[in-house]
Amino acid sequence: MGLQQQLDTMRNYAALAGGKAARRTRGPEKPKWGTTILFLTPAGVLLLVFLIYPAIYTVLLSFNRGRNGIFNEWVGLDNYARLFADPDFLNFSTFPPSGALWNNVLWLVLYVSIVIFFGLILAVVAARVRYEAVLKAIVFIPMAISATALAVIWKFVYSPDNIGLLNAMLGAVGIGPVAWLGDQGIVNFALIAVGIWGSVGFATVILSAAVKSIPAEVIESARVEGANERQIFFRMILPMVSLPISVLAVTLVVNVIKLFDLIFVMTGGGPGTASQVIAFTMYQQAFGAGQWGYGAAVAVVMLILLTPVMIFNVRRFRAGSVT
Amino acid sequence: MTVLAEGMAGSRPRTPAGRAVAALNRTAIHVFLALIGLVWLVPTLGLLVTSFRPRADIQSTGWWDIFNLHLTLDNYSQVLQAQGMLQAFLNTVFIAVPSTLLPLAICAMAAYAFSWMKFPFRDSLFLIVVGLLMVPVQVAFIPVLIGMRELLPDLQLTRGYGAVWLAHTAFALPFGIFLLRNFFITLPPDMIEAARIDGASDIRIFRMIVVPVSVPAIAAYGIFQFLWVWNDLLMALVFVQDSTKYPMTRAIQSLLSQYGTEWHLLAAGAFLLMIVPLIVFFSLQRYFVQGLLAGSIK
Repeated sequence: MGLQQQLDTMRNYAALAGGKAARRTRGPEKPKWGTTILFLTPAGVLLLVFLIYPAIYTVLLSFNRGRNGIFNEWVGLDNYARLFADPDFLNFSTFPPSGALWNNVLWLVLYVSIVIFFGLILAVVAARVRYEAVLKAIVFIPMAISATALAVIWKFVYSPDNIGLLNAMLGAVGIGPVAWLGDQGIVNFALIAVGIWGSVGFATVILSAAVKSIPAEVIESARVEGANERQIFFRMILPMVSLPISVLAVTLVVNVIKLFDLIFVMTGGGPGTASQVIAFTMYQQAFGAGQWGYGAAVAVVMLILLTPVMIFNVRRFRAGSVT
Repeated sequence: MTVLAEGMAGSRPRTPAGRAVAALNRTAIHVFLALIGLVWLVPTLGLLVTSFRPRADIQSTGWWDIFNLHLTLDNYSQVLQAQGMLQAFLNTVFIAVPSTLLPLAICAMAAYAFSWMKFPFRDSLFLIVVGLLMVPVQVAFIPVLIGMRELLPDLQLTRGYGAVWLAHTAFALPFGIFLLRNFFITLPPDMIEAARIDGASDIRIFRMIVVPVSVPAIAAYGIFQFLWVWNDLLMALVFVQDSTKYPMTRAIQSLLSQYGTEWHLLAAGAFLLMIVPLIVFFSLQRYFVQGLLAGSIK
């Protein structure tokens, strides 16, 4: 979870900033073919062989039965029809709805909003104390470590016997052990809590930089004119950090769509299929069940979900380089 | 820097009652922040303490039972030797080092071409790179695996590290090219032009000027890529199929599915996995934050 997030945000920030400088780029009048080819070939070949051609192949494969990954039987949209009819993928017949894609929606709503909420509160409040740097480092630590380690840390906290911290605390006030990861109704919230724990530090660092870029005089003069803390937060700080918040939100959404490691290690999609997410379904169908065509269809759904972000980035980038 | 702190001082209340309210607010803030600090420290700390406790103790009492504390390194020696975590640690190093150096070199070269060389469709090609940033690796898994299996069966790429090196390198390229190019174009054009007028070739300008002055950006990207590979599980699941070559993430995952409640092994294993990222984080924190904010500063 951790690093990917940073990379994704840097990516989004850079998409905004990158275009501006493009017009400054200069080069010699005539192309130097030999050197150009030398510099671009390694990257070009790898991107073609490992990303562009495979993406096209996967799209085509998703229209095939795809046993062993071969185009042996064209089935049209059958894989997609089966996918969206699969209650493990999306199920509206239960209340609340369930299925892997629905779990992604649940993550999207809770994880994205709560991470931003905590990040903003911490960015604003921590700036008032002397131990701000220490606090930010503590909250940031989960960002540096692997989702696999995060999963072990929290599986231990959620441990159902008397050695799990959370159940021990509940037990002390007389509430009987909760199967945090074993109950279909609780497991997703328990996992989302871990995701939030892992990402708040990142949001804090990003938003803290934005909050600190607001000039002190602006805030000060508002105070002199009699604005209270609440007005200053909602009328001044919030509007001024809305751009970083939107970039952060896009990053977190991308995270949710790509979410895999944490789920795979902590619950393996269980109990039953209760905590599966779309990237998990793709892995399981393609490599667990050997349903390559079906798995390809899931991968294509992921690609489609990420396409708006892709278009957003390309547009922002072009807008930057045109002006 | 001290925007809001100054604000507090500026609005210092004059009446005793006002001062009492302000002090109360301050206390509330400290309590809230202390609580946050605890919630973010305690889970990791608990696992750290557990990794040093004997198995019998772990099974009988919680790690917070500090009055009955015996510490041991047995868990670490057992997980390193009997559970093969030492080999897995080395495997992670074998996977991470080439998977960092290869993309660094390839991205820097491509980024140079995109920033300081002229060729047809340069900007269109770069837009494709920007678009590729958002392509999920999942769309490449099936064809790449089939290709490695069917087209190059003799190389047995997924039996060694070849597959995972190539996959990590290729999937890192869009972002790496993008980030380094955005840094390279901020270099002063006069510096490059002067070198050109002096007759320096592009290869020479790249090696002697652009790379040396871009060391901070290249290092920041290198650190990110290294930790990204170090922490990765998904790519190792798909592209490393020889169990003697599993990295730590995968070794811990299979430890967890085999011995789900053997916390003495899991805790020690998890800390072996975390130790390198934590050292990198605490020693190179500056790069972390700099890298994070790279976009917003420009």
